[in-house]
Amino acid sequence: MGRSDSAPSGEPDRPEVPEQRAGEGQPYLRVNDLRVRFDTEDGVVRAVDGVSFAVERGRTLGIVGESGSGKSVTSLAILGLHHTKRATITGEISVGGRQLVGLPEEQVRRLRGRDMAMIFQDPLSALHPYFTVGRQIAEAYRVHHPRAGKREARSRAVDMLGRVGIPQPARRFDQYPHEFSGGMRQRAMIAMALVNDPDLLIADEPTTALDVTVQAQILDLLSDLQAEFRSAIILITHDLGVVSQVADDVLVMYGGRAVEQGSVEQVLRRPQHPYTWGLLSSVPSLHGDADADLVPIKGNPPSLINLPSGCAFHPRCRYAGRNGDRSFTEVPELRPAGEAGHLAACHLPVDERTRLYQEDVAQVGVAQ
Amino acid sequence: MTRFLVRRLLSAVLTLFAVSVLSFLMFFGLPKDPVSGMCPKNCNAERLERVREELGLRDPLPEQYANYMKGIVTGRDLGSSQGGRCDAPCLGYSYVNSEAVTDTLARVLPVTLSIVIPAAVLWLVLGVGLGIISALRRGTALDRLAIGFSLAGASLQLYFVGAVLLLIFTYNLRITPVPSYTSIFDNPLKWASGLVLAWVALAFLFSAIYARLSRAQMLETLSEDFVRTARAKGLAKPAVYGRHALRAAITPVVTIAGLDVGSALGGTVITETTFGIQGLGRTAVDAVKAGDLPTIMATVLISAVFIVVANIVVDLLYAAIDPRVRLR
Repeated sequence: MGRSDSAPSGEPDRPEVPEQRAGEGQPYLRVNDLRVRFDTEDGVVRAVDGVSFAVERGRTLGIVGESGSGKSVTSLAILGLHHTKRATITGEISVGGRQLVGLPEEQVRRLRGRDMAMIFQDPLSALHPYFTVGRQIAEAYRVHHPRAGKREARSRAVDMLGRVGIPQPARRFDQYPHEFSGGMRQRAMIAMALVNDPDLLIADEPTTALDVTVQAQILDLLSDLQAEFRSAIILITHDLGVVSQVADDVLVMYGGRAVEQGSVEQVLRRPQHPYTWGLLSSVPSLHGDADADLVPIKGNPPSLINLPSGCAFHPRCRYAGRNGDRSFTEVPELRPAGEAGHLAACHLPVDERTRLYQEDVAQVGVAQ
Repeated sequence: MTRFLVRRLLSAVLTLFAVSVLSFLMFFGLPKDPVSGMCPKNCNAERLERVREELGLRDPLPEQYANYMKGIVTGRDLGSSQGGRCDAPCLGYSYVNSEAVTDTLARVLPVTLSIVIPAAVLWLVLGVGLGIISALRRGTALDRLAIGFSLAGASLQLYFVGAVLLLIFTYNLRITPVPSYTSIFDNPLKWASGLVLAWVALAFLFSAIYARLSRAQMLETLSEDFVRTARAKGLAKPAVYGRHALRAAITPVVTIAGLDVGSALGGTVITETTFGIQGLGRTAVDAVKAGDLPTIMATVLISAVFIVVANIVVDLLYAAIDPRVRLR
């Protein structure tokens, strides 16, 4: 169920030596059959239920889905930020050759902020209101460079503030988050995430809380910095426009599972899952018919405690039942969907899906 | 900042003025004749009249009030029966105790300070510490114990807790002496042993409230985004909790603590009565019972000063903790 075979090199090696780096051509991040479960009073929440993907250095994976699809839970699991008492995590998360699931908290902590860093959605609430921006960045540097003095950390932080395009960085260092504008705050957040040259950067809806004009600047900045630092980036978003702009690969999540994954070209231009079609039809396109109506996906995201039987998307899918009862009884596996590296979890035969997409969705002219 | 202080000090003076006028009026609204208690034996109408005359109680109210205020600012002459010349700040001469009210205050104020300040340190350390620890260990036996402790402290009354402490430690186990006040400068050990039960009783009741408050604040702060950011940076737990979470969680606690300490300094009547120690609170109550106007005025004013000052201090602390707070 939901297992990816996009990285055909077999089982990732489980290094005994934690510091070992991944070999050449190995993806920097490899997630295999990740499951995150929360035991709550109402029942077991399967927030992530068997997701696999890999990201190489210098490449960007976009994870797309509605709220509650498991995209943020996945990223927090990679960083090891779930509370061990409340969340049960199984599967494999390999970062630079190190297997993180089951690693003692102290060892994961040493990687956090140094090898893998995160940018959060709302920089106003994600930055501490009582500390200066500079101090927070310098703190992130010093925790992983214990021998660095205050002055060195400060100059490094000022340098990073300048690199992310904040004017007068030395003066801005001593200001508090509330004295920054929204866009500048997110730049500061990015500076903090990049201060230790992480190889993996996870950006969780980094532009959602920002003005549209600022959004583009932040995305450009991320692309530029990626070219400079050659880090692997995971970009979590519900905005397909953002994905098409900056991502190389896409993972579409629904109800805690991957329903489609592949390159941006494959997933956005030749989508093979009705849920992806729905996502594409619900965003306006510059190239399509200006008068075409946007089509929302009817219904609500499923409850993660009590997922619909069979394909979790079936209650909202207009094609459910076309292929017998399987949509209602059998969970569809991720299977090759035509091209190499393109996977989708749908019971409909690939050629029927291709036809339906051409007739029902692409015709309307909303898809890119 | 300067502007803030000037503005707050002005409004403090206004507040105190209002308090003094109100307590003056309330005193004369009482159905009790202050003079009646002053000559228990062989009183006749003529003598009472003479006493009234001496105390200035026959003057019109505004004039009496003006004289009182004048005494505070410049001092005044009270007449031979009331100790003669009374220097500024003159708070008058007690109707019952045969001493200047400033002398009374000099006697009882250190008592109340000695009760409240150590107790406050104790309850803040204990209460906030317990609250923070139980927030960090939520759901464990320790947390449940702390919640039980809070519930007990919130439900019990000081006179009960005090009486139980006295019974156990003073009368049964004979570990502590009968509560009494000795100046810390005369004998620090005796000072502490005479007041320790009062500290424990106050600290128990207050720390229960503070444990509950700081536990709730800490739990709320732990779910804040900036705490997650601190963890995402790779900070170790002591830094995440101690530096990032605690600082934000403690802010509302500081507010409540400032106001509680301020009002406790104004008098801990029940504590003083329970342990039989004559402090500011008991002095105030005795003065009201005896109709001793100068002592009533002085104790009311000094409590008001404590509360007004506590408010200003809380605002200053707030600005020191939270950079978003601007004082103006």
